[in-house]
Amino acid sequence: MTSHDNEGAGAFGTAAGIGLALGAAALGAFLTTRPRKDHHGDDAPGFTQRRNFGHYDVTGRSVTIRKPRAELFAFWRDFSNLPQVMENLESVRPSGTDGRSIWTIKAPGGRAVEVETQIAREVENEIIAWRSVEGSEIDTEGRVTFEDAPGDRGTRVGLIIAYHPPGGEVGRLVAKAFLREPAVQARHDLKRLKMLMETGEIATSARRRDQTRAAKQTQQENA
Amino acid sequence: MRALTWHGAHDVRVDTVDDPEIINPRDAIIKVTSTAICGSDLHLYDGVIPGLMAGDILGHEFMGEVVETGAKSTLKKGQRVIVPFTISCGGCFHCHIQQYSACENSNPAEKQDPSTALYGQPMAGLFGYSHLTGGYSGGQAEYVRVPFSDVGPLVVPDHLEDEKVLFLTDILPTGWMAAENADIQPDDTVAIWGAGPVGLFAAQSAILMGAAKVIVIDQYPHRLELARGLGAQIINYRETQVLDALLEMSGGIGVDCVIDAVGMEAHGFALDNILEGVKQKIGIGADRAHALRQALMAVRFGGKVSIPGVYGGLTDKFPTGAIMEKGLQIRTGQTHVQKYHKMLLEKIEAGEIDTTFLISHRLPLEEAPTGYKNFKNQQDSWTKVILKPGMESAA
Repeated sequence: MTSHDNEGAGAFGTAAGIGLALGAAALGAFLTTRPRKDHHGDDAPGFTQRRNFGHYDVTGRSVTIRKPRAELFAFWRDFSNLPQVMENLESVRPSGTDGRSIWTIKAPGGRAVEVETQIAREVENEIIAWRSVEGSEIDTEGRVTFEDAPGDRGTRVGLIIAYHPPGGEVGRLVAKAFLREPAVQARHDLKRLKMLMETGEIATSARRRDQTRAAKQTQQENA
Repeated sequence: MRALTWHGAHDVRVDTVDDPEIINPRDAIIKVTSTAICGSDLHLYDGVIPGLMAGDILGHEFMGEVVETGAKSTLKKGQRVIVPFTISCGGCFHCHIQQYSACENSNPAEKQDPSTALYGQPMAGLFGYSHLTGGYSGGQAEYVRVPFSDVGPLVVPDHLEDEKVLFLTDILPTGWMAAENADIQPDDTVAIWGAGPVGLFAAQSAILMGAAKVIVIDQYPHRLELARGLGAQIINYRETQVLDALLEMSGGIGVDCVIDAVGMEAHGFALDNILEGVKQKIGIGADRAHALRQALMAVRFGGKVSIPGVYGGLTDKFPTGAIMEKGLQIRTGQTHVQKYHKMLLEKIEAGEIDTTFLISHRLPLEEAPTGYKNFKNQQDSWTKVILKPGMESAA
């Protein structure tokens, strides 16, 4: 490891140790979609660095969608829309005050894991950041950013998710269901978002309704 | 329904499978009246394209009658349509700039990873091809589920019979785009490798575009005669040194435009081709690029290279020196069918293009395996096979 890697891991580890109260601000240094000012680096987004982030797994992905920022922001801001495109998400429902939500993540054997989040930062048509509240089963943060793509190409949507894989039974279930390959999952979920927004539907090559991926998943869960 | 299914190299069968259903709002179900076997189906038949699974329904050249429509389809029951082999959403960046075969939304999300690993970005969805291109059930069947039916299918007038318009689904636009990609200017000499359907339609298109001379290269006398019938000159590579001949026929300068309508399974007995044949047999994704190498030698400095022939993997001993030092322009790709099909339909209606000369055999769908076998093994006389689901078997 280079000294940069050590510094990065250390700094993030400290932030994690203090707790997620630091929230998006601490994460920002590592997860920014903008070029890093604190680093002798290149102009690529932080999450593409060849380095790790302490105990956190971090994944990021961008997709360009030929729709206006406001439309995409509005879709995402209503978290209950997200299960349409996020395969492992069963539901997102509001939980009382200050924009808190409970995210129900599917787990094998018909089980589910819940994460309660709060909005950490929101700028209309630009960014939504969230983090799990203290005491939540999973320690996670994420943000989605919206910026104009060049010309009439629409909007660049950037998704970054960081999580601290939990231990024990919950950890095992979550790893199986959702977090083992978060980069793959994030990529596919963003593609589905793009499909839904640009075409009004999510592509499937199935020949019959009971052969789609979603239908098979439901059959598996009920089995 | 009955459908032609793939079970392994040189093993295709007509099986009974589940009928397709409407799944998404923009879907339509087409009852197939005519479908063809494409030269690129032979790559699947030979097992050199990765990502096929036993039971996959092949076929990407098909047309028929609309029998069912989703809530957001713009088609109407009873309409006759030709269906492009490329599945395109009409809403993404690539569709917006008419690069339909690069559609970003037609390959299901979870199927995009293998082609991304191969090519850097994912391929679009295609009918009846590999799971790299979505694994969509193809058109060599009685019925097909057609996604984005408001974008791809083109309604054809009743007075034009199937055989006059079927090739709008793939090979006619592919030949046209191949010629367009060669950027043909009025004084240009154009050489085309392969007198198969795409090579012949490329020759026809090049002549329509005003090429001064079109030369078609193949080994099969009957196919070469078809090329000559279109107004092209011909070279039989079994009898003639191709590079010498092309240099002479272009006045010693090299040909202006070359079109490789052969692709990854080139014939020929040159050393490169034999070695690559061995690699292909043991399944390491090697393309046999003999025709393309020859084309790159034959083209003049500053010339233009068009590659409609299908390649899928990697090739060794590729003449990068010729590409750079000669200052070549290379244009390639799966066909943006939806960009061309309306214009070409008009040319067919006006009598400027006739495609029926190509058809050598018409078979019931039930005899599709025979069609595959003969299309592969008797290439001289089996130039194009049409399958008809409703046709009575002659036997």
